[in-house]
Amino acid sequence: MSVSQNDLTLENREAITSLLFQLADDDFMYAYRGSEWLGLAPHIEADIASSSISQDSMGHAAMFYTLLEDLGAGNANDLAHSRKAIDRRNCILTERVNGEGYYMETPHYDWAYAVVRSYLYTQAKKVKIDSLCGSSYKPLAEAAVKVRIELYYHRLHWEIWFKQLMSSTDIAKNKMNAALKLVMNDFGDVFSYGNQKLAIEMTKLIGTEEEMKANWTASIEPVFTTLQLELPKIPDSPEKNGRMGEHTKDLDEALTTLSEVYLLDPVAIW
Amino acid sequence: MTGSNTISDENQLANFMQRIEAGEKIEADDWMPEDYRQTLIKLISMHGMSEIMGALPEKEWVPKAPSLYRKLGIMAKVQDEMGHGQLLLRVTEDLLEPYGKNRGDLMQDLFNGDLKFHNVFHMETKSWADAGIIGWLVDGAAIITQTNMLKASYGPYARALQRICAEEVFHAQHGESIIMALTEGTDQQKAMIQESLNRWWEALLMFFGPASKETTGSSKQDLTIRYKIRTKTNEEFRQLFFDKYIPRILSLGLTIPDPTMHFDKENQMWSYKQPDWNEFKKIIKNQGPRSEARLNLRRQSYEYNSWVRDALSHSVR
Repeated sequence: MSVSQNDLTLENREAITSLLFQLADDDFMYAYRGSEWLGLAPHIEADIASSSISQDSMGHAAMFYTLLEDLGAGNANDLAHSRKAIDRRNCILTERVNGEGYYMETPHYDWAYAVVRSYLYTQAKKVKIDSLCGSSYKPLAEAAVKVRIELYYHRLHWEIWFKQLMSSTDIAKNKMNAALKLVMNDFGDVFSYGNQKLAIEMTKLIGTEEEMKANWTASIEPVFTTLQLELPKIPDSPEKNGRMGEHTKDLDEALTTLSEVYLLDPVAIW
Repeated sequence: MTGSNTISDENQLANFMQRIEAGEKIEADDWMPEDYRQTLIKLISMHGMSEIMGALPEKEWVPKAPSLYRKLGIMAKVQDEMGHGQLLLRVTEDLLEPYGKNRGDLMQDLFNGDLKFHNVFHMETKSWADAGIIGWLVDGAAIITQTNMLKASYGPYARALQRICAEEVFHAQHGESIIMALTEGTDQQKAMIQESLNRWWEALLMFFGPASKETTGSSKQDLTIRYKIRTKTNEEFRQLFFDKYIPRILSLGLTIPDPTMHFDKENQMWSYKQPDWNEFKKIIKNQGPRSEARLNLRRQSYEYNSWVRDALSHSVR
């Protein structure tokens, strides 16, 4: 049975809020890391396509923050810009830097890492969004249907990049395999629901963590088989679990940039 | 042979001039005089590269945009600018075809200083208000010069400009919306926008270039007018900009940072303090406040990612 905002019990509300923070914070950080690439991608067409995806992802984050606002969690802009790192629920993978250096100077960003992170993150997002389309919380299910339309193109785009670079020059393959290792090291909390796991799963807001992991593995298997690559294994216990508020210093630095202007005057209209 | 070629070239030139006088469009494969092709290459490649390099100052404010709505707006805008760059470099690549040059050569020309990017994008950004000024007044200035070329004699450029100008109108509205929020905001926000306008004022005057070639020693404006690529002079553009924006700037309660600025009724022209054209000469030699930094950023990321372009040109198994 699906429920709307007015039918929620206190327990349900906590579970939905927790899940929405995970979804919103994931896309907020992912979009930010993508936007740092603006003007720096390997060629202009790649720049346009990836910045379009970052823009869509920021739009998805805005939708999820708005659902939180509707639940009384606070103003969407405030939720995006004012919360401290310890209150953030994004997975570690989305907060990692693109490479060495600050985006305002002359950074050495790694396109292989961008491709692998984007491909595997988008594939994970697709698995979750597919499940969320049948969520017991109706506003979230409706939002997921909208996200799914755009996500189709994002996944396709990154899969093509992944296949091309994994089946090209030795340099490309080496860089992609190194990036794959880095990305998978951080994959342990991508499907974690944190301390609301039981409530999130019991109330059928989304499929279980185990279902999501299995669906994700099945979804990437054909590509990895074609490329004769070993299927990556999701780490059992992550070093840090972003869903529990455990983060790296990369997140602190990102939040300083993301909130710089907003925090000049959080009550002003910008 | 040389004599008959000359006659043939003269006939072709006469035919070419007749076509553009009659308002016909010249296409990429049509015969065109060498100086027409060269002028177009210089104009369109510079326009294209300016869109791409122009993404860099605005990109500085993309993550810092102070709300989700502003973040989405500025992301979309910068993406559009890159899209304009792509469209214009494609037009340039067709013109370069007889010389066997391609986009990679254009990038190298940019890096070694042979291909310039617009003087306004050599300037530093310092506050969120700059994102508003760029969208509202820089894109506003661009609309004035680019709409003047919508009927340019070269068809591919005129068609690209149709789309670019349509999007630039949205960009100007995006900038205007930022400016309105700041001018209606707190004292801190009002001070931020006035400070930004003061800092960008000279760059905005320089945007249209000097009134005559005596200032910098060279100008293509006579040639572009003769070949019906554009119809107005640099000074006419600047005066149109004043006509449109001086009343708007004043109506928002902002001060024009030039006490001598006034409308001269006798000459029916705006009278204003000339910007420092020596500074302009430095900027167009890539010696502006952020010229080297932005070129370095572009150059280093291009070189650092060269392995990706190599990989893409390698055959996929």
